[in-house]
Amino acid sequence: MDDVAMTPEGLEWKFSQVFGERAAGEEVQEVDIISAIEFDKTGDHLATGDRGGRVVLFERTDKIDGGVHRRVLEAMDCSSSQHPEFHYKTEFQSHEPEFDYLKSLEIEEKINKIRWCQTANNAMFLLSTNDKTIKFWKVQEKKIKKVCNFNLDPPKPTINGFVTTSNAPTSFKTCFTNGGSNDNPLNFRNNNISLRGLTSLHLPTVTSHETSLLARCRKTYAHAHDYHINSISNNSDCETFISADDLRINLWNLEISSQSFNIVDKKPANMEDLTEVITSAEFHPSHCNMLAYSSSKGSIRLIDLRQSALCDTHSKLLVFEEHEAPGSKSFFSDIISSISDIKFSKGGRYILSRDYMTLKMWDINMGSGPVATFQVHEHLRPKLCDLYENDAIFDKFECCLSGDGQRVATGSYSHLFRVFGCSEGSTEATTLEATKNPTRRQVQTPPRFLRSPGGSDDVNGNSFDLTTKLLHLACHPSENSIACAASNSLYMYYA
Amino acid sequence: MSMVDEPLYPIAVLIDELKNDDIQLRLNSIRKLSTIARALGEERTRKELIPFLSENNDDDDEVLLAMAEELGVFIPYVGGLEYAHVLLPPLETLCTVEETCVRDKAVESLCRIGSQMRETDLVDWFIPLVKRLAAGEWFTARVSACGLFHIAYPSASEMLKAELRTIYSHLCQDDMPMVRRSASTNLGKFAATVEPAHLKTEIMQIFEDLTQDDQDSVRLLAVEGCAALGKLLEPQDCIAHILPVIVIFSQDKSWRVRYMVANQLYELCEAVGPEPTKTDLVPAYVRLLRDNEAEVRIAAAGKVTKFSRILSPELAVQHILPCVKELSSDSSQHVRSALASVIMGMAPVLGKDSTIDQLLPIFLSLLKDEFPDVRLNIISKLDQVNQVIGIDLLSQSLLPAIVELAEDRHWRVRLAIIEYIPLLASQLGVGFFDDKLGALCMQWLQDKVYSIREAAANNLKRLAEEFGPDWAMQHIVPQVLEMVNNPHYLYRMTILSAISLLAPVMGSEITCSKLLPVVVTLAKDRVANIRFNVAKVLQSFIPIVDQSVMEKTVRPCLVELAEDPDVDVRYFSKQALEAIDQVMMST
Repeated sequence: MDDVAMTPEGLEWKFSQVFGERAAGEEVQEVDIISAIEFDKTGDHLATGDRGGRVVLFERTDKIDGGVHRRVLEAMDCSSSQHPEFHYKTEFQSHEPEFDYLKSLEIEEKINKIRWCQTANNAMFLLSTNDKTIKFWKVQEKKIKKVCNFNLDPPKPTINGFVTTSNAPTSFKTCFTNGGSNDNPLNFRNNNISLRGLTSLHLPTVTSHETSLLARCRKTYAHAHDYHINSISNNSDCETFISADDLRINLWNLEISSQSFNIVDKKPANMEDLTEVITSAEFHPSHCNMLAYSSSKGSIRLIDLRQSALCDTHSKLLVFEEHEAPGSKSFFSDIISSISDIKFSKGGRYILSRDYMTLKMWDINMGSGPVATFQVHEHLRPKLCDLYENDAIFDKFECCLSGDGQRVATGSYSHLFRVFGCSEGSTEATTLEATKNPTRRQVQTPPRFLRSPGGSDDVNGNSFDLTTKLLHLACHPSENSIACAASNSLYMYYA
Repeated sequence: MSMVDEPLYPIAVLIDELKNDDIQLRLNSIRKLSTIARALGEERTRKELIPFLSENNDDDDEVLLAMAEELGVFIPYVGGLEYAHVLLPPLETLCTVEETCVRDKAVESLCRIGSQMRETDLVDWFIPLVKRLAAGEWFTARVSACGLFHIAYPSASEMLKAELRTIYSHLCQDDMPMVRRSASTNLGKFAATVEPAHLKTEIMQIFEDLTQDDQDSVRLLAVEGCAALGKLLEPQDCIAHILPVIVIFSQDKSWRVRYMVANQLYELCEAVGPEPTKTDLVPAYVRLLRDNEAEVRIAAAGKVTKFSRILSPELAVQHILPCVKELSSDSSQHVRSALASVIMGMAPVLGKDSTIDQLLPIFLSLLKDEFPDVRLNIISKLDQVNQVIGIDLLSQSLLPAIVELAEDRHWRVRLAIIEYIPLLASQLGVGFFDDKLGALCMQWLQDKVYSIREAAANNLKRLAEEFGPDWAMQHIVPQVLEMVNNPHYLYRMTILSAISLLAPVMGSEITCSKLLPVVVTLAKDRVANIRFNVAKVLQSFIPIVDQSVMEKTVRPCLVELAEDPDVDVRYFSKQALEAIDQVMMST
């Protein structure tokens, strides 16, 4: 798009849509809080997961009329009026609360991650996971079938399993059209040969009028994680995926739910020696053998599955770590350097990482330091002590890269999120608020009523509200569009 | 119900249940599709049933899988080969579903039908189907297409053959790795139908592309193709085209590819002949035996014997044996275990002298391995060594190994060694057994774990079979009968089951004189479980003991038990009495 060149400061982000907007004063139900967002590869579908274990799917509507229409519009230079528009498609209950009796542990239903898989036969496939169990879902349009004209009358006409009417007997006579059997039962007995009998057998008639979306759980990958699963990621071979918990990464075949292979094991022989945990893991977008995982110590490891079956010891390709100047170390350094999320760029050349204070862009060919660092909320640095006391310092913010690799985005507090230009020489740094008017913060001084008791002003008068953190967001894979979760609401922006 | 004729009624039910809401009923109907078809007749099957199945195919996977399977054997029901093509449309749709096992089954059925179809029908119906699938919008269709080429190709015209080859090469370059994997898997089958001239050019080109695929999963499958293609080619072509590939594969960056090579390598030896085996494949195999990755060494170690068999003994001693020595002290227990499970087979290959000089020390060190699986694997294959060098050289080391396994704290290990005791007994001979192992066999009868006691009882029976009743009378029966007074009823139960197992082997006389009195004594046991088991054992004695003993001893005992206060005891003794009466009546 030409916009980039025209507005060097960056794109002008505009509100596009909101789903589940909260009315003023409405209390948020815990189960409705969104805990995962993911666009599919084409960007035509968006999935969100929530703490109640539900997965909600959205589908793009502005493209539905067909690509031709859109191309015509673009040719007419009307594309500026076009922005991705989604509508609610369906939802399903992916996970239920469970209880592990052996370990006496409650397992929350909260969806930690969603990943889209390869589409096939117009059916959508996705993986969703809570702390322990990964599920493979198929969502497909199913015809609603109506079966009638049975040979015998017992079964009532059904519509996909639901008995519709109970006034059957009379209305069913009509269905017996080619049976002709009630004329003369004796006839059969006299000519009890197959030929005569044949005419009285017929196949039921199936008619279908409408379709409905049906989500079916195809596979359940369970009992492979002792700790909480923080990531799942598909391999480019469309055959395998990984799941990572605090200490281990397992490799699964999508078709086999009974076994997985452990490929990284960070569990020390003695748990007292534990110094770091795995925080996030992702496959390289095109190299089937490469995967990266981040740790609570602020490092990212790129490993090669070809080198060894168990990749935790000697087969590191590269470790990415930034070495801090010794003087700058503080009590919080270790905590805030913990990486909460990593994402590969589309081509796989770069990895974006998010730690508590910054976003960092790494070149996978250079481990010595990031190629770019973006301060997300530097004004919080003097407040680290408070943030530590109320545990906010352990919040896990996600990050994302735009499809063209030109921008990166991540969330902050007060329902704010930031978008940075990451192309060479770009100074773009935008702060947006997840409301219908995303840019109002920049123009106005923050309105007082926005502040909740948990919030406070820092020395510069910037307010922040720790209860309204924006942890989850996703970039559209091909257009300038961002979806982000502000507690139970899904906000979408475009530029 | 009177409206429908009786014989038709079950069929009508079956037909209706094709669309029942209960998946089990639908499944049942689909499984009986042939019954429905027979009732409808060939013509109506063709004109109504098959189209009906084609249209109603968005069912559950289990139902679709069953349908795919049934249609594969449906030719007789549609009117024979002449009409075989009517079965293609429903299977074609099943070839496109997302569930892999349904697609695989549909492809299998299509192949089965296709291989019977008349040549002209193949050209008219089957080949267009393959082309349609290969051009399918979704990868599922294209994946299925790959598995059908070897059926379609032979009957195609020259022009069509060229087209099919081109289509296949496109499939090998498909964007979706699943399609390339399928093309790679099926390449061997397809290549077998292609003329030698094209094999060397086009197919080898396809193969070469697959061997360089970015996706490890595709290259893995290309390794399997090596052996298949190697067998099709002339030795010199195999040496020119396949050998370099396999040598490169054996040094592939991905351990999974090397793992596949380790598994497949020996198959290629025959295809290339002895000289290239010696110069290229042996070094490649030796590299794999010394691979950095334990998984690769496991695979390679597991093929040591198969590989050695192909080589001359000199080569095996010179190249393979040194590696085997290293592997026997490998850091990975799984490598040692894999080695232990096959290494005994090398003895016949190497001959007596080399076995004694070279292999024996390795056997002995593996017999002392800290990991029980390794020791068990050695013991399980003892017979192979015995044939070559006799057991004496090993027996001194065997005993401690067996005793240790017999007392292992994991009951599965104990169970495994018990299973091998009859084999050991037959190899080691009576003398050795009496001295060393007899006591162990009795000890297991009093194991804390039921499965062990059960296996121990069974073991006694197998030993009695091996060494004969006379031996058993001396070495087993007295010891077993001694234990019958054990204060613990579960142990008495074990003895009871041992007796019932031994009785048929020992024969009528010993059963009556030795075993029966003990069983009768147990009928007075204070534990009801023992008493009803006595009833069961007595019933099992019926074919063994003769009639007079039956009337004199068995029946009175059972009659008494039939009055037992315990309901189960009464039940089983009554059953036994009925059985006796039946036998009496029939004689």
